[in-house]
Amino acid sequence: MDFELFTNILFATLRTGTPLILIALGEMVCEKSGVLNLGQEGMVLMGAALGFIAAVVTGHAGLGIIAAVLAGMMMSVLFAFLAVTLVSNQVATGLALTIFGTGLSGFLGAGYVGMAIDGIAPFPIPFLSDIPVIGKVLFSHDPLVYFSWFMFALIFWCFRSTRLGLTIRAVGENPEAANAIGIPVMKVRYGAILFGGAMAGLAGAYLSLVYTPMWSEGMSAGRGWIALALVVFASWKAERILLGAYLFGAASIMHLVLQGLGFEASPNLLAMLPYGATIIVLVIIASDAAKAKLSTPLALGRPYRPQV
Amino acid sequence: MLNITLEKRPSDSKTMSYLSPLFAILLTLISGGLLFATLGQDPFHALYTFFIAPLTDVYGWTELGVKVAPLTLCAMGLMLCFKARIWNIGAEGQFILGGLGGGYIALELLEAEGAWVLPLVLLFGALSGLLWGALTALLKTRFGANEILTTIMLNYIALNWLLYGVHGPLKDPDGFNFPESALFSDFATLPVLSDDYRLNISIFFALIAVAAIWALMSKTLLGFQIAVLGEDKSAARFAGFKEERLIWFVLLACGALAGLAGVSEVTGSVGQLNPYISPGYGYAAIIVAFLGRMHPVGIVFASMLLALTYMGGEMAQMDLSLPKSLTGLFQGMLLFYLLACDLLISYRIVRKPAARAISSSTNPAQA
Repeated sequence: MDFELFTNILFATLRTGTPLILIALGEMVCEKSGVLNLGQEGMVLMGAALGFIAAVVTGHAGLGIIAAVLAGMMMSVLFAFLAVTLVSNQVATGLALTIFGTGLSGFLGAGYVGMAIDGIAPFPIPFLSDIPVIGKVLFSHDPLVYFSWFMFALIFWCFRSTRLGLTIRAVGENPEAANAIGIPVMKVRYGAILFGGAMAGLAGAYLSLVYTPMWSEGMSAGRGWIALALVVFASWKAERILLGAYLFGAASIMHLVLQGLGFEASPNLLAMLPYGATIIVLVIIASDAAKAKLSTPLALGRPYRPQV
Repeated sequence: MLNITLEKRPSDSKTMSYLSPLFAILLTLISGGLLFATLGQDPFHALYTFFIAPLTDVYGWTELGVKVAPLTLCAMGLMLCFKARIWNIGAEGQFILGGLGGGYIALELLEAEGAWVLPLVLLFGALSGLLWGALTALLKTRFGANEILTTIMLNYIALNWLLYGVHGPLKDPDGFNFPESALFSDFATLPVLSDDYRLNISIFFALIAVAAIWALMSKTLLGFQIAVLGEDKSAARFAGFKEERLIWFVLLACGALAGLAGVSEVTGSVGQLNPYISPGYGYAAIIVAFLGRMHPVGIVFASMLLALTYMGGEMAQMDLSLPKSLTGLFQGMLLFYLLACDLLISYRIVRKPAARAISSSTNPAQA
């Protein structure tokens, strides 16, 4: 394998991993507060659709990003209202959110299938991007890749050394105790869910404005679900999410690697790889159930209803 | 602020569990009407086009049957799993595998003649779906892997497998390079009930499944064990029920039923393998199972409604030039409203007591 190809593969790995990082970080924050939102896939699709539509209508990809984030947040408010305020079953509500988001995004985006836009251009960081190899792999990306690193750092810091991180964790571990010491449990959970929605919407914008850039129905292709597995795989640690997302990114672009090595394989068979890898990861997580339990937020998936 | 609040009922309301789907349908219709109005359509005419017009002739009813059959088969299987609190989202993948496995045999037997061809094809289809379900069961019981995520991943793998087949080894050599297989022979095609319509005998498979699973759940110990496992896991363990065996049973049964639905679809109304053999029946069947209250009779009615959303989408596309994806939107709304209305099963809406209203208005001072 020649060197340039190797660089290209690393570059593509970072690009492919980015939407997973965004979704998984958002879901991690949400789960840390004790809420399991299985609606990621639906929120990503809504972000992708509305982001694309806004970019086409206004002609500004930047406005597309804002629209996508808002779309993700609106979807997550729906979830929060049902799951937090009305204490519905989180698993069923999340599934419903995905089915609803898939349907709504398909409907809204129907007139935009096949349209082409310029998308968001790469932004090579001056000087740094001129470094051989590393410059290309790390510093020649579009702004959202850098933003995913920024969000990673922010969340890492938040849970390591801020009061906010501690508050979110308290709510996710023991909402009753958190409430007793005066933490507004419902508000924290709403905030965490909204943050997850914003990140999922942003990941959608990444797919429809940067990665492809175009809109097609169901274009997220299960990334929302893979990100859910990733959060467990990373045992709710931001640095492991970063690592895991890039591993999955690499699995998703295996066709590039194989082509580089001179193999021909069916793109459809290779497309199975990330899903197969996810199943293997799920098996690995489950085989160490005791350890997984240690890092799982104690109140995950358990609705909280304040006693009056 | 609204002066109402939710209060937990002493016990779940049976009446409300039957009324909730009706409320959800009503709310979906209202939202749909509003949606049509914002799209510049006459809401009543549009709702008529979507929900009534498809059923104004015999042809429409037979087409409904064409879609009810796969939906009911998948939903009956899902019902078994959901009853046991196994969140199997994998009917879609099992449906596709059923179509792919059965279709593969049908393509191998293009030249074969005889009445044995069709049963063999159907058997292979059901077995393929069953094996896909077995994979989930293995991952669940042997490794403890979360079945929601594994089944979704298996759905995507199944879809890509089908795509690989129709783009590769199963592609029709005389098919002008379209991603489609050859048309199946007449011996591998489900007989239709009447030559004028597409409705085929798979509707009977669905009815048999409904009767069989109704009998299983209400008349047998196995059905009772499944229900207990879902209601109270520790009670099931205490009673000595074999949990693993029950999980295997529901997942295999669902796989076989969804596989049968898939192979019936390809040997019935589709007649070949192509990338679009499932318009999302496996996912829609989840809504069917919930809307049908996990009861065989309810599931038949819910299947009819969901089948209607597919026909309504097509009708709206033809007559109102609205996108066909209205189908998915209506399905999603239906499920969402259903979940919201289901809260009324265990909660009731009451007026906020006056004292609470005061205490909440003095909240800022408290903080």
